[in-house]
Amino acid sequence: MPAVSKGDGMRGLAVFISDIRNCKSKEAEIKRINKELANIRSKFKGDKALDGYSKKKYVCKLLFIFLLGHDIDFGHMEAVNLLSSNKYTEKQIGYLFISVLVNSNSELIRLINNAIKNDLSSRNPTFMCLALHCIANVGSREMAEAFAGEIPRILVAGDTMDSVKQSAALCLLRLYKTSPDLVLMGEWTSRVVHLLNDQHMGVVTAAISLITCLSQKNPDEFKTCVSLAVSRLSRIVSSASTDLQDYTYYFVPAPWLSCKLLRLLQCYPPPEDGAVKGRLVECLETILNKAQEPPKSKKVQHSNAKNAILFEAISLIIHYDSEPNLLVRACNQLGQFLQHRETNLRYLALESMCTLASSEFSHEAVKTHIETVINALKTERDVSVRQRAADLLYAMCDRSNAKQIVAEMLSYLETADYSIREEMVLKVAILAEKYAVDYSWYVDTILNLIRIAGDYVSEEVWYRVIQIVINRDDVQGYAAKTVFEALQAPACHENMVKVGGYILGEFGNLIAGDPRSSPLVQFNLLHSKFHLCSVPTRALLLSAYIKFINLFPETKSTIQEVLRSDSQIRNSDVELQQRAVEYLKLSSIASTDVLATVLEEMPPFPERESSILAKLKKKKGPGAVSVNELEEGKREGGELNGGGERGGDSSAISTPSPSADLLGLRAGPPVTAAAPSAGSLLVDVFSEAGSGSLASYFQFVCKNNGVLFENQLLQIGIKSEYRQNLGRMYLFYGNKTSVQFVTFTTTLNVQAKPVEPLIEGGAQVQQVINIECLTDFSDAPLLNIKFRYGGALQNLTLKLPVTINKFFQPTEMASHDFFQRWKQLSLPQQEAQKIFKANHAMDTEVLKAKLLGLGMALLENVDPNPENFVCAGVIQTKAQQVGSLLRLEPNAQAQMYRLTVRSSKDTVSKRLCELLAEQF
Amino acid sequence: MIGGLFIYNHKGEVLISRVYRDDIGRNAVDAFRVNVIHARQQVRSPVTNFARTSFFHVKRSNIWLAAVTKQNVNAAMVFEFLYKMCDVMTAYFSKISEENIKNNFVLIYELLDEILDFGYPQNSETGALKTFITQQGIKSQHHTKEEQSQITSQVTGQIGWRREGIKYRRNELFLDVLESVNLLMSPQGQVLSAHVSGRVVMKSYLSGMPECKFGMNDKIVIDKQGKGGTTDDSGKSGKQSIAIDDCTFHQCVRLSKFDSERSISFIPPDGEYELMRYRTTKDIILPFRVIPLVREVGRTKLEVKVVIKSNFKPSLLAQKIEVRIPTPLNTSGVQVICMKGKAKYKASENAIVWKIKRMAGMKESQISAEIELLPTNDKKKWARPPISMNFEVPFAPSGLKVRYLKVFEPKLNYSDHDVIKWVRYIGRSGIYETRC
Repeated sequence: MPAVSKGDGMRGLAVFISDIRNCKSKEAEIKRINKELANIRSKFKGDKALDGYSKKKYVCKLLFIFLLGHDIDFGHMEAVNLLSSNKYTEKQIGYLFISVLVNSNSELIRLINNAIKNDLSSRNPTFMCLALHCIANVGSREMAEAFAGEIPRILVAGDTMDSVKQSAALCLLRLYKTSPDLVLMGEWTSRVVHLLNDQHMGVVTAAISLITCLSQKNPDEFKTCVSLAVSRLSRIVSSASTDLQDYTYYFVPAPWLSCKLLRLLQCYPPPEDGAVKGRLVECLETILNKAQEPPKSKKVQHSNAKNAILFEAISLIIHYDSEPNLLVRACNQLGQFLQHRETNLRYLALESMCTLASSEFSHEAVKTHIETVINALKTERDVSVRQRAADLLYAMCDRSNAKQIVAEMLSYLETADYSIREEMVLKVAILAEKYAVDYSWYVDTILNLIRIAGDYVSEEVWYRVIQIVINRDDVQGYAAKTVFEALQAPACHENMVKVGGYILGEFGNLIAGDPRSSPLVQFNLLHSKFHLCSVPTRALLLSAYIKFINLFPETKSTIQEVLRSDSQIRNSDVELQQRAVEYLKLSSIASTDVLATVLEEMPPFPERESSILAKLKKKKGPGAVSVNELEEGKREGGELNGGGERGGDSSAISTPSPSADLLGLRAGPPVTAAAPSAGSLLVDVFSEAGSGSLASYFQFVCKNNGVLFENQLLQIGIKSEYRQNLGRMYLFYGNKTSVQFVTFTTTLNVQAKPVEPLIEGGAQVQQVINIECLTDFSDAPLLNIKFRYGGALQNLTLKLPVTINKFFQPTEMASHDFFQRWKQLSLPQQEAQKIFKANHAMDTEVLKAKLLGLGMALLENVDPNPENFVCAGVIQTKAQQVGSLLRLEPNAQAQMYRLTVRSSKDTVSKRLCELLAEQF
Repeated sequence: MIGGLFIYNHKGEVLISRVYRDDIGRNAVDAFRVNVIHARQQVRSPVTNFARTSFFHVKRSNIWLAAVTKQNVNAAMVFEFLYKMCDVMTAYFSKISEENIKNNFVLIYELLDEILDFGYPQNSETGALKTFITQQGIKSQHHTKEEQSQITSQVTGQIGWRREGIKYRRNELFLDVLESVNLLMSPQGQVLSAHVSGRVVMKSYLSGMPECKFGMNDKIVIDKQGKGGTTDDSGKSGKQSIAIDDCTFHQCVRLSKFDSERSISFIPPDGEYELMRYRTTKDIILPFRVIPLVREVGRTKLEVKVVIKSNFKPSLLAQKIEVRIPTPLNTSGVQVICMKGKAKYKASENAIVWKIKRMAGMKESQISAEIELLPTNDKKKWARPPISMNFEVPFAPSGLKVRYLKVFEPKLNYSDHDVIKWVRYIGRSGIYETRC
């Protein structure tokens, strides 16, 4: 780069800048800038042509003013003029101004592109570099369009200077990142790979960034780079620190290049060619060896550079995951770093070890460091390092050390930072479940967890405990006993009360033999916590009480007394009040047999992926779940039964809401108790979904196609068409899971063609229903769907969205016709009117679309008030035709509507009015 | 109540920091600096809230005064206090500037101790303060016991703003009616908004404890009198009287009397003070009319012609007339021709400034300018800011007239006739703008 000579300094600019800096106040600064701007404007406007120097000076001043935060709306032309100057400084300022100030949609872009083209085709390397830098700095789509073809040519041309090649590679990288579709692969790609062999280290460093980026998108095209990269790497690694001269950084040869090479290799699987592989392994070994050597310098830069390469090498070793020897060595190396003085090193070591732990070769080696890691968890000063230590403990946990690790994590939890507590709780819960050999240990651990960090125990954790306790007969007695003991603590966490209430309600009988935990004692214990709990917990406790009545008839009177008390039966909370009333009635009216059936022990839950795991993944967000994903991969091979969302990628896993995920549990015992159903586990889910389907039922009043129902398992889509009094409806049943549904049957209380009894995972089947409207009706036909999913029978009842308005024939009529008929239908029973509040925004277009979807003709220019809508239509049934007129008057101010329907049949008016009132 | 008061210079350095309550810490000082003085976007609201702390600020030239509190105070009270504080400081060392504040910081702390007690405003009457807080520190130590007790009784007494035993050989009274007239006019000459905010400032040099009564042509008073007299006169007197929209008084005015009789009677402080402030919006005499004519000739030229007409008695002279014609931001050159006064293009303010020293009533003057523009690639049109004007006229644009100012001093032997009274009217421009 040509040095800026003294004569090139711009005095005017220096004076201006010092003026600005000396300004006492903002106002003074603005005044000075206004003055300068006026001066520059008059100079630019002036008749005299400016010479290059003054142009440069003024453009520089403008740039400075712009950087101070003021708008600049002129001077672009002058800057573009500077581009064609032959002086380096002038050209440079021109390019600087353009890359800072010119936006992509400027009219000048053509001129600029032209100037850049000229510079690119000039033989002057400095000018070429300036042009390339400008392209990269602007990096807009227009730039990419104009130069994406040109730059690869420059990059691979034989006679291009090294410095230009370097710039070209980085410029191309930038364009590829901003608009990858414009940078087309071509014959140049193979030649780019050969830049790895370039003499000039700078070119190699620049090119490798480009290649890494490109090969991530098209790995196959750049496959050849692996061997080249390996040879390059081995040359660097084996070179003495003096060989590379300029590229040696504190005694480390070309650290940046080495890191980039190692990173590039991480885009590919281990090389298949034995020689290449051998060489690479040798390189990696050398790097590991070098880490053992005493440092050549005490400077921090030296160790930073060395460690950067080392960590990149370890990442590569982990990525390959095929060299047990190297993995173990890497692990040992990291083990040394665990106690290093540098906090950053400790952090990185823990982080890398986390990934090492998931490799089968090094898992054992990682485990040897357990003491150090536990120590780090306890004594580390930096919270982020502690977090990593916790992650590593989680990753290195297996059946052999689970007890120790869980115990350590539990004890750490008491002093842990608030920010990581919730995650820690989830981890402990997962580990405890995953490696539980005997379930009494599991129950102990989780109860301990709730005791220690109750506030951080999310719903999922205690749901899971209950799922497990219910599904395993052998721990139920133990669980009941432990819970009972835990509840005896004077202050216990609400989550503990929840678990206690649930478990005692289910299995209290198992410990009732002991006089210390007789039924009444159990009840009194639970009830002593009752008043300190929130409403949902109280509701749960009430359900536990009714279960007690079933389990221990002797407590009946006591419990009824409690239920009858004003604080329950007249509770201000509707849910509690309803439960109290219903349970009281149930207990007094129903016979013991009925009671026993209704309040039967909860059936086992279907096995499913732990919702806690999903929650943990969600917490960490996609991208940060590498450890868990790896684990997931291992698990998938064996167990994982019926996990509907098994796709493996974390985004899909994080979608299911916890409520749906836990199926029966969320709704809890109360629902099953209040609305018992013979054996169908999923009844409560669907009762929840039922309300949803009602909403979707109404949404079909004004449209014919769409999704009628959707839950975790099943999606039902509808397509329908109507002509006169006939209609045809296509129902599409989509299986959203990967498991097939068997004995799939649907029954319609009208008539329907049978449907395929089997739906494959992910597949969709179609059912056609023919509909004929005999006479007007108000009840929709019911569709009952039954199928088996993973052994459990699913039952679902839906309203088919067939409404009276589907059989409308639109009728066009003029204004006076309309009002004549309107008057004819003036009997009081012929009119139905409703005034209701708007549910949606009052958008005229939306309203129009909805009214058209209704099937009537929307009559324009009929109503004197243009805000109002009037419609007319005839309903075709087999028996008769019913003419209907409709008038909708929105009141935007009050957000209210008045809807009036008149038709020749009173039932029709009423039904239409009801249907429509839900729509707006 | 006010928790603390801070004074900053334009850089945000704290010049004065006085904390009255424990709930305000030093970090409040920084919070204001960071979020208001150094804010990226200019903070326009005078009241700001950070971390449950309220900051009320006023700016005088380059100096920021900020009152801080954690409590729910009456914001109007705080601002009244801040303005009073400014008045007091001006009374002591004329201009509020960084240098003056630095030179007088001991005095300011002394004043702050006196004006605010535990965050509650106390006496802020300059005249009274000057009797015991003097700029000559040594002098104050020579107060005799008697003098000190006199000060105490005065400050804590019923008439805190005036001490007893004042004697003048000549009893004199100066009364200034100072008004500023604000206007926004459309290019066609339609008044979009106009109001006058006025002050009655007095300087009294009277002996003893005189009782004064001030009368002006307030419409309510005149109507009341008109009702008592002949009703036929009401048309005429209505024209003479003015409707006052709202007014505030100096603490010496007996408000109960004003409420019941609408008469303004008071025992005046000694020296200079502001007797009342008022605002009117009806029947305003607009001293000047600005007639703009802007023509855009192509993209690179602009022709501006502005005529000003004075609209008052030909015998009166307006002074310090200044017309400010904004120019587009891409102005590259300006040629100005004016018949009277001097006109100049000020690039630093993006405006043509036309100054006329004196102008009699019912006259007309004109300026024409050619503005050359630099073509820019900016698509947005010039917003045409309004033409603004400054002037000073020797009458009250609101039409306010002083009818009488009577002085009664029963104890001493001088009567109303012996007092020499001076009355002066000055009308100034506030924001006096005409759109073009």
